[in-house]
Amino acid sequence: MTDVKRTPLYDLHVELGGKMVDFAGWEMPVQYPMGIMGEHKQCREKAALFDVSHMGQVILSGEDVGEKLEALCPQAYATLKDGKARYGFFTNAEGGIMDDLIVSNAGDHFFVVVNAALRHQDIPHMQANLDGVEVIEIFDRALVAVQGPSAEDVVGSLCPAARDLKFMETTVAEINGVECRISRLGYTGEDGYEISIPEDKATDITRAFLAHEDCEPAGLGARDSLRLEAGLCLYGNDIDQTTSPIEASLGWAIQKRRKEEGGFPGADRIQRELAEGPARKLVGIKPEGRAPARQGVEIQSAEGTTIGQITSGGFGPTVGGPVAMGYVATGHAQPGETVNLIIRGKPQPAQIVALPFVTQNYKR
Amino acid sequence: MATYYSEEHEWIDVDGDTATLGITKHAAEQLGDVVFVEQQEVGDEFEKDGEIGVIESVKAASELYAPVDGEIIEVNETLADNPGALNEDPEGNAWIYKIKIADASQLEDLMDESGYKAFIG
Repeated sequence: MTDVKRTPLYDLHVELGGKMVDFAGWEMPVQYPMGIMGEHKQCREKAALFDVSHMGQVILSGEDVGEKLEALCPQAYATLKDGKARYGFFTNAEGGIMDDLIVSNAGDHFFVVVNAALRHQDIPHMQANLDGVEVIEIFDRALVAVQGPSAEDVVGSLCPAARDLKFMETTVAEINGVECRISRLGYTGEDGYEISIPEDKATDITRAFLAHEDCEPAGLGARDSLRLEAGLCLYGNDIDQTTSPIEASLGWAIQKRRKEEGGFPGADRIQRELAEGPARKLVGIKPEGRAPARQGVEIQSAEGTTIGQITSGGFGPTVGGPVAMGYVATGHAQPGETVNLIIRGKPQPAQIVALPFVTQNYKR
Repeated sequence: MATYYSEEHEWIDVDGDTATLGITKHAAEQLGDVVFVEQQEVGDEFEKDGEIGVIESVKAASELYAPVDGEIIEVNETLADNPGALNEDPEGNAWIYKIKIADASQLEDLMDESGYKAFIG
């Protein structure tokens, strides 16, 4: 095994009984003794804490960073206000997605969080293409997500300023005397925060969050089932270098001015698909039976022609049954359409449904 | 009655030429929360090491392999509505099949309880 990395919270995971697995080169907890199902429900009902320190935290400083980012991303980052965060993606020249990311305007700099597995791609990509911008990858801070309806109380009880943030807002505030970056966002469909903490204080602050009676640790397993129910894309599964944002139903994440003006990699394809519609679309899929349909399962029309493939699928603990996402030919993408999923060679009926599977519960 | 264990983490409780079959506690712990069990039907015949079902947990799908040659004579239908029973009582109420053993000599290839305990460490 090549040099598996550990986050600043590694010892705490082990102490809490986390089952550690290799994820994108990092030794991460897939679950704790509560189990994926319990951790999932904990997050929907109270609050769950996730270590997401494996993700890449990057500081961009210099003049006109937001404007320069617009050359790499189809988002309107030039007009992103101080204290605001915005979901986006790097596109390639063919209009595919290189990675998805969160960009925050932190006032005197921009703060960017990218996927763990793509740090080595994204950092050089920014360094090479953001002229006059200093790109600094941060290695000495943990990133902790506290998610769920009780998240405001868990974080707010240690950091009152967190209560004043709205969804997709970010600030710097002290937690137990330690300066942290606190952003109200996440990857579960619930209200919550992601908190960037200096590594030497990360365990103490995490313990302080977990001391709250409503907060329990949760692993990557629950993180995946939560984001799937919330209809959120996972890079490498649902989006990749070949899928365009329009195919991935991420048109909402491209602001009006950028849609009209273009000027980002792959704008030709993206603008064409906006005007004419894409050939395939990422949709929600609800199997009628109990068998989960996992990544790679073939999707057939009621007539038996292959129309696409499942990209993410599993059991949705809140839904109480299997849930999936996948690409289907646009003619079959209407909610209500009945399709067949070929699971272990046998067709299983399923329905195309609108995403998300559970109502998003953001504090706007 | 004697209980045998397979390297695929199944137990088989033998009574004459019939037996009850399920997965071990250790298997259930490794699988995590079970959400779906795909079972075969009464009358289906199978060979040792053949696939006789699939157990899906929140994490992944795992095949169930036959520890001996035989035929399914009863299916635990309660698992269809309550697959989570496999986490609660895998070596008791959450048995998977009752089978008729075709070749009892194959039992000799399986482990006894202490052998299995040593096998899982």
